[in-house]
Amino acid sequence: MRRYFFKKIVTYIVTFFVATTIDWAIPHLMPGNPVEIYLGRFNISSNTQYLALQKTISEAFGVNVPLWRQYLDFWNGVLHWNFGVSFYATAPVTHVIAQAVPYTLALLIPAIVLSYVLGNRIGAMAARRKVLDNVVLPIGYLFQAAPFAWLALALSYFLAVRLRWFPPSLGSDPGIGVGWNWAFIWSAIRHWFLPFLSVFLVSFGGWAIGMRNLVIYELETDYARYLRSLGASQRLVRRYAYRNAVLPQLSGLALALGVVVGGNIVTEVVFQYPGLGHLIFLAISDEDFFLLQGIFLFIIIGVLVANFIIDIAYVLIDPRTRLSMTGATA
Amino acid sequence: MSVNTEPTGPEVPVVAGPAGEAQAPAPPAEVGVVRPAPGGGSVASVMQTRRRWEFIYFAVRNKKLMIGLGVEAVFVFIAIFGPAIAPYASSKTFGPGLHPSLNHPFGTTYPFGQDVFSQWLGGVRDSYLVGVLGAVSAGVIGLAVGFAAGWRGGWLDELLQLLTNVVVCLPQLVLLIVITAYQTNRSALFEGVFIGVTGWPWVARAVRAQTFTLKARDFVDLARLSGRRATSIVLKDIAPNMASYIFLVFVLLFASSMLVAVNFDFLGLGPTGTMSIGDMMNLANQWSALQLHVWWWFLPPGAAMTLMVVALLITNVGLDEVFNPKLRQQ
Amino acid sequence: MSVKIDNLQIYYTTLRGEVKAVDGVTFSIGDGEIMGLAGESGCGKSTLGNGLIYLEGRMRHAGGHVTLDGKELPIGDAKAMEQHRLRSVSIIPQYAMSALNPTRKIGRMTADLLKSRGVDYKSVLEEFRRRVALVGLPADVLERYPFELSGGMRQRATMVISTLLNPSLLIGDEVTSALDVSTQRAVGEMFMEFRDRGYVKSTIVITHDLSILAQIADTILIMYAGKLAEKADAQTIVNNPLHPYTQQLLASLPEVGLRYDEAPLVGIPGRPPSLLDPPKGCRFRDRCPVAFEQCTAEPPFVELHPGHQVACWKAIQDAQSFNEEPAAQGAGR
Repeated sequence: MRRYFFKKIVTYIVTFFVATTIDWAIPHLMPGNPVEIYLGRFNISSNTQYLALQKTISEAFGVNVPLWRQYLDFWNGVLHWNFGVSFYATAPVTHVIAQAVPYTLALLIPAIVLSYVLGNRIGAMAARRKVLDNVVLPIGYLFQAAPFAWLALALSYFLAVRLRWFPPSLGSDPGIGVGWNWAFIWSAIRHWFLPFLSVFLVSFGGWAIGMRNLVIYELETDYARYLRSLGASQRLVRRYAYRNAVLPQLSGLALALGVVVGGNIVTEVVFQYPGLGHLIFLAISDEDFFLLQGIFLFIIIGVLVANFIIDIAYVLIDPRTRLSMTGATA
Repeated sequence: MSVNTEPTGPEVPVVAGPAGEAQAPAPPAEVGVVRPAPGGGSVASVMQTRRRWEFIYFAVRNKKLMIGLGVEAVFVFIAIFGPAIAPYASSKTFGPGLHPSLNHPFGTTYPFGQDVFSQWLGGVRDSYLVGVLGAVSAGVIGLAVGFAAGWRGGWLDELLQLLTNVVVCLPQLVLLIVITAYQTNRSALFEGVFIGVTGWPWVARAVRAQTFTLKARDFVDLARLSGRRATSIVLKDIAPNMASYIFLVFVLLFASSMLVAVNFDFLGLGPTGTMSIGDMMNLANQWSALQLHVWWWFLPPGAAMTLMVVALLITNVGLDEVFNPKLRQQ
Repeated sequence: MSVKIDNLQIYYTTLRGEVKAVDGVTFSIGDGEIMGLAGESGCGKSTLGNGLIYLEGRMRHAGGHVTLDGKELPIGDAKAMEQHRLRSVSIIPQYAMSALNPTRKIGRMTADLLKSRGVDYKSVLEEFRRRVALVGLPADVLERYPFELSGGMRQRATMVISTLLNPSLLIGDEVTSALDVSTQRAVGEMFMEFRDRGYVKSTIVITHDLSILAQIADTILIMYAGKLAEKADAQTIVNNPLHPYTQQLLASLPEVGLRYDEAPLVGIPGRPPSLLDPPKGCRFRDRCPVAFEQCTAEPPFVELHPGHQVACWKAIQDAQSFNEEPAAQGAGR
């Protein structure tokens, strides 16, 4: 078990290091000077004014020192939780991110957890009932295959624009101030539902189909055949199959995190939902590099934390990771 | 091979004395090695052709495979000939926001008035192109890393596993956003290869595990004892045994690469100068097609993409049933 | 006779049609008898053994009867069969080394299994422990996961679990195939030990390996292409086989005490016939060195000597003409 966690933690540290380096390197190594790009957005006619502004901005970007210094400075900022100032919001990047994070988490956590739990349940049920299987399989494939953007657009068009059951965009009614009152909470829930549903449905399809296939596979394994040969009840065989099928599903969850996070970005853009995804979109169109850097690192940290939680869960349910025996294959 | 009455898979059809049979279903190569065949030396090649025959026999009888391939064939046709059979040039404009009609099967855009159907015909090609590029690059990297890790083991395995796990932790779309946000000129090649470069980890993991099990088989030991070089064994003995598996992996990679590309194009980060399905949905969203009820601009293209991916997923399941005799009974 | 099998037919459904894997076999096994069941892969021996306890999805009970302890064993009726499994018929499967659920401790899995069969685990726990010790497993094996044991240990654990409720009939399917010679012998002796202690009454040991049967089996039954070829006590089969197929099967073995270069291993030329549409007459005809016209008719499975049954026209003919010493023909070497 120690070895297992040691390897995982090394992986996470290396990942964080790589991600931070990429985050720093891309704007610095790409053709085009971010300072120039930034200055290009202003209509500055006077040359002296331009040069003065260039100097100030260069200092603000920290590009007036050697590259290695810039790199160390960047790490220094990261470790002190300081990503600079967002031009778009004219506020510290961490501040801007902190406002968006609750919205994103409110979408992602329920969507991931519910789709995983329900998908597993229903997939396992489909594996043993032909009638249900004939319904779950096509629907599951449809959701799994649907591009996030399309499903979000379709849901928005039918349920919000046409039927007007839900608002088509934003995180809450602009007329209602953000705060802990019922009017705001109700409005937030109504705005939350469609983006949540989009992310949920796509993930759900994948889990249901994955679980169905895994359970069918598990029911064909040697231990299942042996139990059946000895007259064990269907219930016992299925319980074992389900338990064992959950293991690959759980490691699949770690693999799928990146996809869900990406899908969530697209969904937030469709619904103009004020989470990190929408913020990224704004940062791209505004060329707000500090903000982009900050969001990227923040998402990486979020994914790493989620991975770590999954690792702990995996250790809890798979005995093979707990015991570092010879012959363990984990 | 004689008609296989054993439920566990093809066995060696001749009693080989106390040397015994391998417990796992033995690959055909073993027959020729263990016992020089009395009735002509080419048992292995006979079995190869037999296998091929059996494959075709089961393939044409598999409904899922035939439907999946059929749908896919239609789209491939569109991808190849689409722009040639498109009724109008993409630059040609008509009345803005025309409803679908015989002249314009998918209507026209608003406020530009371009023919959506013609755009869509070209979009299928762009999406396929990126899908193929992504699948090939991810497949090549994943195979190389997986083979190397599984074959050599030891420190190389540890290192490659670390690399794999690091890439898993980096969310694909977010990484791509950060990298391309600074680029003003992007090509389909860049997008496809990039999707591949970030999408290979699960392939590497699966191939690594497969290589490990195949490596433990007798016929590989024999090849090794006969002093053949590692690359020759990997290419001539291991790769053919994994061929069916590799094929399945490519089908899935193809599907997932197209889906990633849709997300990407939808955010406006796709190749410049093309009009993929993701681009169409992006434009529709930006020009308020939802609020203006110009549903034909985004619903048909996305539905087509969903269908393309569903067909690939079904093809994958069908192929799996054809390749894997255990799944055939259903 | 505790096990009686009468004209049993078990077919496989495949896309190309029905494979007649077990095509009308009749024999019986006595109390305390260990019967070896041998033949090439695909001859139906495994189907026969497995069919007696569990018909997989594609297998079909096409006819015939099985009687166990005087009562009919409803092998074609999955529901009715359930109560007989483990209690009166049990199996040590071919895949015994991987037959245990990898994520359950062995004791826990056994408890789950017994509970689902309505047996109180606590009441058999003491016996379970005793038998675990008998097969040479450490006492804490019940608290271990399968992956903590070696393949051989897992196999022995499976043997103990399968026989825990003292079944009347035990089927061992290719149990010795993947083992080295000394372990083969140990496992073979376990079958005898189980029989001697009364854990099981009758045993069928399925294998392609006649040399192990010569050591542990009381009787040996040879199958070929879904039919019975020959049955006799082990010594007779090894020393005086009458069926040409048995003779060739034995010739393909290195004899104990012989050096390999003196008696090169020979396979049997040709292949068994397709069981989708088996040929009429003797099924070994095409590969048989002594086949003659009569072999186009199906040979009956007859008792030529007390306890020695053969399905071969040639053997029948020899027995009729040389009424005294039919075995002389059999020594084909």
